[in-house]
Amino acid sequence: MKRALTMSAAVVAVCASWAPMAQAASSLVIESWRADDLAIWQDKIIPAFEKTHPDIKVTFAPTAPKEYNAALNAKLESGTAGDIVTCRPFDASLEQFTKGRLAPLNDLPGMNNFSAAAKLAWSTDDGKTAFCVPMASVLHGFLYNKEAFDKLGLKEPKTEDELFAALDKIKKDGTYVPMAMGTADQWEAATTGYQNIGPNYWKGEEGRNAVIQGTQKLSEGGWLETLRTLAKWAPYLGDGYKAQSYADSQNIFTLGRAAIYPGGSWEISGFNAQATFKMGAFPPPVRKVGDTCYISDHPDIAMGVNTKSKNQDAAKKFLTWVTTPDFAKIYANALPGFFSLQTAPVAVDDPLAQTFVGWRNGCKSTIRSTYQILSRGAKPNLEDATWGASANVINGSETPEKAAERLQAALANWYKPQQK
Amino acid sequence: MATSAQRKPIRWHIGVLLAPAILIYTVIMLLPVFDSLRLSLYGKGPDGEAVFVGLANYTTLLTDSYWQGPFWNALWNNTLFFIIHMLVQNPIGILLAALLSLGKLPGREFYRTALFLPTMLSFVIVGFVWKLILSPAWGVSKTLLGSVGLGSWFGPWLGQPDTALVTLALISVWQFIGLPMMLIYAAMIAIPDELLEAASCDGVTGITQFFKIKLPLIWPSIGVVSILTFVGNFNAFDLIYVSQGALAGPNFSTDILGTLLYRTFFGNQLQSGDPFMGATIAGAMFLIILGGVCVYLYGVQRRLAYYQM
Repeated sequence: MKRALTMSAAVVAVCASWAPMAQAASSLVIESWRADDLAIWQDKIIPAFEKTHPDIKVTFAPTAPKEYNAALNAKLESGTAGDIVTCRPFDASLEQFTKGRLAPLNDLPGMNNFSAAAKLAWSTDDGKTAFCVPMASVLHGFLYNKEAFDKLGLKEPKTEDELFAALDKIKKDGTYVPMAMGTADQWEAATTGYQNIGPNYWKGEEGRNAVIQGTQKLSEGGWLETLRTLAKWAPYLGDGYKAQSYADSQNIFTLGRAAIYPGGSWEISGFNAQATFKMGAFPPPVRKVGDTCYISDHPDIAMGVNTKSKNQDAAKKFLTWVTTPDFAKIYANALPGFFSLQTAPVAVDDPLAQTFVGWRNGCKSTIRSTYQILSRGAKPNLEDATWGASANVINGSETPEKAAERLQAALANWYKPQQK
Repeated sequence: MATSAQRKPIRWHIGVLLAPAILIYTVIMLLPVFDSLRLSLYGKGPDGEAVFVGLANYTTLLTDSYWQGPFWNALWNNTLFFIIHMLVQNPIGILLAALLSLGKLPGREFYRTALFLPTMLSFVIVGFVWKLILSPAWGVSKTLLGSVGLGSWFGPWLGQPDTALVTLALISVWQFIGLPMMLIYAAMIAIPDELLEAASCDGVTGITQFFKIKLPLIWPSIGVVSILTFVGNFNAFDLIYVSQGALAGPNFSTDILGTLLYRTFFGNQLQSGDPFMGATIAGAMFLIILGGVCVYLYGVQRRLAYYQM
């Protein structure tokens, strides 16, 4: 298996790097999990770069998202990875950096176009060394079918009670599936469920930092309440949601069969192309009127340099270009919903993307709770455990209390501050 | 006697003819297996380097509270997967072979090809097609059941912890039914007609003829089919990975040794891969299969009666 992977990786890398070498002084291969964006890279981003850097040829070589981490790891280990590596946020990339596979980028011109907070996801724990150039963050929230809402006389729910009232009304009417979500892929339940509504319960950064410091437990307070609320979603999901995959949910919503879709801004460009109805978006409803709202504003994607690359200079030139407002403008508008992390504001034309990014003004931002520090344990890994727990409570195969206890045990098993 | 043995020329051609197969087999099968077993005896040292730890990884796998749970769960699921194959795939395979070997079956070639066809399909296609058929959102199974008045029987079978593994096992049975059918069919048509005619003359016909004459003659083939099923099932991975993902949901109810190995070796999402524990699970799989094959070879195969025909 491993042999096959590295072999095919080698073949891909060789093919990818040989072809352009004939015409250009140096060529770069980009590793990425964004297979969906292949056309955008080939038609928009790479031509824009090559226009100003005619001596560098760039090839975008993506892998399927769920295989990316494993495949990249194998490629970096065997020295067959591309020159530029797309970085997952936090620990996954930090591990590559500490193993010496990603180059430090503090000296890269243009790194001061990013705030320390934007660089946090791709910096060492002390914040001193950055190793990837931040590209974009994504916001969690709910998308909805405007036509369905108009027909049923619904308004965007502001509080949790309003959300459940709206769901009841949609269910009673029967035309639409109230909410398009499935638990088959588990990822969906955790990312568009738990991490979506959770920040309102654990008060964003406050709760996340408290868990990191060991003063809050995942089995109590807002952390447990999140799972309790998630368990209440079950009656509003479509028939057979237990075997519904992420792609099924996306299609059910874009075909106009469902009214509400818990998700995030990363869906915008895909949904714009698929859906024939008007869409709107609302942030995760707060628990009571007047509560501060929190949103998951997750740094998602960045780029770093493979230390084994033979084209370090060209790779750094490319990344320097990625730090410029030129790149930010192309990227943010080619992929509405992937918001630039540069300090200079980037104008986004897409109305839905504008709605999402507007929440940053009224709500407090946080990141997905499991991504920094807390998922460093191997067995069980907290992120994986969270997928299982979220899916289980919705399926009813585990009570929220038990699931929360299990998450806490998974963390306390290896994490010192939680062992007190 | 002694002189003739000394005069015998060295038969080089045997070695020469065997060499390509042995060489290729050694390089792509034996060496990786032994290297993987060697890797399972190592662990990560303080600076990330590989350190020899003896059998410590195996002890961890069997006794550590966070390893033994998933391991026993995967082993049990794997056993269940195998039992379903033995109870469903092989009897149906024998039945189909018996029907095919009946003298007067019109369209026999068609059935033989059609039944064998799924075996030649890729796991990816099989997994994807069945996922679509069984999908509660788009699948045809709900409509089909509805049209015969059984609509209420439908459930999201691949998403329920108590039905997912059985469903996947049955999909796998559907895919591989052709193998036992073909092997047993070959054994059945090898039974000489005189034998069956003689049996008929003695008044042994129909079902009795199958159980008294044919079945004893095909036991060795059934043995081979069983051991192939055993090895195939305990090596299985693809179908589960394609239809349920590396986390083998829901709630690990379809996790078998292959998916546990994959998750451990290559990692999953934020969990980084652990080649040492991965190799340990691979080693455990190797030992389980080796043990099973040995039990078969020494315990079963020797006791089977073989008939000269």
